[in-house]
Amino acid sequence: MTTTGASVLIEGLLRQGTKTIFGYPGGVVLPIYDVLYDSPLEHILVRHEQAAAHAADGYARASGKVGVCLATSGPGACNLVTGIATAYMDSIPLVALTGQVPTGLLGNDAFQESDIHGITMPVTKHNYLVKRAADLPQVIAEAFYIAATGRPGPVLIDLPKDVSTGELPDDVVFPEAVSLRGYQPTIRGHPRQIEKAVDLMVQAGRPLIYAGGGVILSGADAELTALAERLGAPVTTTLMGLGGIRGDHPLNLGMLGMHGTAYANYAVTECDLLIAVGARFDDRVTGRIETFAPHAQVVHIDIDPAEIGKNKPVDVPIVGDVKHVLGQILQRLPGGPKTERWLERVNGWRATHPLVVPENGLLHPQGVVRALSEMLRGEGVVVSEVGQNQMWAAQHFCFKKPRSWITSGGLGTMGYGLPAAMGACYARPGEQVFLIAGDGSLQMNIQEFGTIAHNRIPVRVVVLNNGFLGMVRQWQELFFERRYSYTELPAVDFVGIAKAYGIDGVLVDDPAEVRPALEAARDQDGPFVVDVRIEREENVFPMVPAGAAINEMIGERR
Amino acid sequence: MKRHTLSVLVENRAGVLSRVTGLFSRRGFNIESLAVGPSEMEGTSRITLVVCGDDREVEQVIKQLNKLIDVIKVSDLTEFERVERELALIKVAAEPGEPRAGVMQIATIFRAQVIDVGPKTVTLQVAGDPEKIDALEGLLRPSGIKELYRTGRIAVLRGQKTVRSEK
Ligand SMILES: Cc1ncc(C[n+]2csc(CCOP(=O)(O)OP(=O)(O)O)c2C)c(N)n1
Repeated sequence: MTTTGASVLIEGLLRQGTKTIFGYPGGVVLPIYDVLYDSPLEHILVRHEQAAAHAADGYARASGKVGVCLATSGPGACNLVTGIATAYMDSIPLVALTGQVPTGLLGNDAFQESDIHGITMPVTKHNYLVKRAADLPQVIAEAFYIAATGRPGPVLIDLPKDVSTGELPDDVVFPEAVSLRGYQPTIRGHPRQIEKAVDLMVQAGRPLIYAGGGVILSGADAELTALAERLGAPVTTTLMGLGGIRGDHPLNLGMLGMHGTAYANYAVTECDLLIAVGARFDDRVTGRIETFAPHAQVVHIDIDPAEIGKNKPVDVPIVGDVKHVLGQILQRLPGGPKTERWLERVNGWRATHPLVVPENGLLHPQGVVRALSEMLRGEGVVVSEVGQNQMWAAQHFCFKKPRSWITSGGLGTMGYGLPAAMGACYARPGEQVFLIAGDGSLQMNIQEFGTIAHNRIPVRVVVLNNGFLGMVRQWQELFFERRYSYTELPAVDFVGIAKAYGIDGVLVDDPAEVRPALEAARDQDGPFVVDVRIEREENVFPMVPAGAAINEMIGERR
Repeated sequence: MKRHTLSVLVENRAGVLSRVTGLFSRRGFNIESLAVGPSEMEGTSRITLVVCGDDREVEQVIKQLNKLIDVIKVSDLTEFERVERELALIKVAAEPGEPRAGVMQIATIFRAQVIDVGPKTVTLQVAGDPEKIDALEGLLRPSGIKELYRTGRIAVLRGQKTVRSEK
């Protein structure tokens, strides 16, 4: 008896624990779709392949498991690229499957051929062009292993049509374990480095923990909080690290960097020990790197050795899995905070330089986010688009758990949010999933209203509608003399669009209607759109201008 | 800026060379020399690269190379005692008589072999350290180099050490 490459592929996905994939069919993947027709593997038909990649990514971020997407060759595969690059920048485990023209036609400019293996080399952790059906069991096992372990990331498997139709004996053996001589991530921190880090921690008078997405990826939230409490050290997180420590924890200073809190940025500038945990000193975080944490010795913990010392010299590098390394540190670190004076100083800044929520009876986006935060109380998942909406969400929502916040950080991909929110709904059935969107970003993948309506995916969309590409307009206002060049968007009736797709919604243009509208969204048993007409020229503050030191913020007095 | 000689042991798989060179081009590095061939380990190839860059930049590329799944080991040989070799084939204008005699004389001094002779040309083969080849090239230039082929350099550590044992 024999089976086909396509059957082995789907069998392989099921064996890896995949339950849902997001995809879009086409010529060369027809053999795969034929297997899906009566497979237990759930397939969600998106309306654009970019959305398949983002949905798989959102699924991965919300669940901690590998997300899977599928597209046909040529245009289908190319449409995945933005989504793959988005996942790559944020270290999200993804397996992207693409159809390809038959091996005999490779390189011939055959119909719908594109060299997706070559195209995605710089934006994948690894990728495969499968030449023989017999290689599939091994390739699938390797792809999932590589995507999920070490520093996670997307892996692409390109599947020529004759590989999918190729015959295999139906007793193919799937490898139990994978071992690759060129890939051996370091999990445990080196004991001598742990020792050195502990020494610095014990001596520090003004320690600060700077936590990034690595904390979420490795599930190190409990260890992070324990370290902060043991040391009496305040914690600031990056955009990707939100949820790594409770938003209302007294030691949590919120986000740092370009739109970070003033008190977090001041703390960075004055700390004498900076403990970077699963973070990568991105330029949106550091501002001018020479002036970032100028008085601090630096301990940097990361699973990727290439991140250590990349942007900022480090005194104690520790390569290893963040959860594991923090555990090692906690085992050695004696207790007893001696940082009262430092905490007093930091809390002084917190009191004098709080995040501002304008209260003048107008409809301000910060208030909308706070209302949502109060309503959800840290439960469920909040997804954002990119721009001001993203920053207001990051600043004003009180995240209480890891994986409760999903956003495109490194690539800043507009159009990410709506499909990512769909993915989150499949990862966390029964939980509230809210998307905070801008009117620009939402229109980048608005066709997914079709997928949402079709499958009754319970995404709650809150549009912070300012009729502008708001974040760009803000830069034009501040740095280009208010010359609003091509950033104004004519009003769009999002509720009307939603209704045309069969999704209900409500328009809000009065602050008093905000909370009821959010509650209406929450109480739906399906998708819902709240189109909030916010103050059009609201800005995100504080703001560190590009290239400035992070304690030089606009919208703050020193 | 310093010249670095890197030895990269890779899985012998399709695409591995473009993965490796892609990392350099993405960072604006110019690869001065590149040589690829099988290594002593079955299923693997060794790539020898010469690049110019400051130490931090080169360290970053080495770390990025190490992240490639198909890369088994990267060694920077720059600070080690090593032997570097390159092979060149040079076709030189050499009319019979005076010009040809001149070319032959230079060839003898450099222990270059004559591997082909045409009515108006002589083709030399020379192996050695790359500086020696540069010197030969310089001396032959006035005679008229018709074609020049260089393999790119390969390098090996001196003595007992091997790049696999060297940490
Ligand atoms: C795909 C893509 N194109 C362009 C940009 C540049 N960009 C960053 S924010 C922004 C404006 C976003 O506008 P909107 O979605 O309305 O959100 P707002 O800032 O108004 O909240 C743009 C154009 C981007 N991040 N992504």
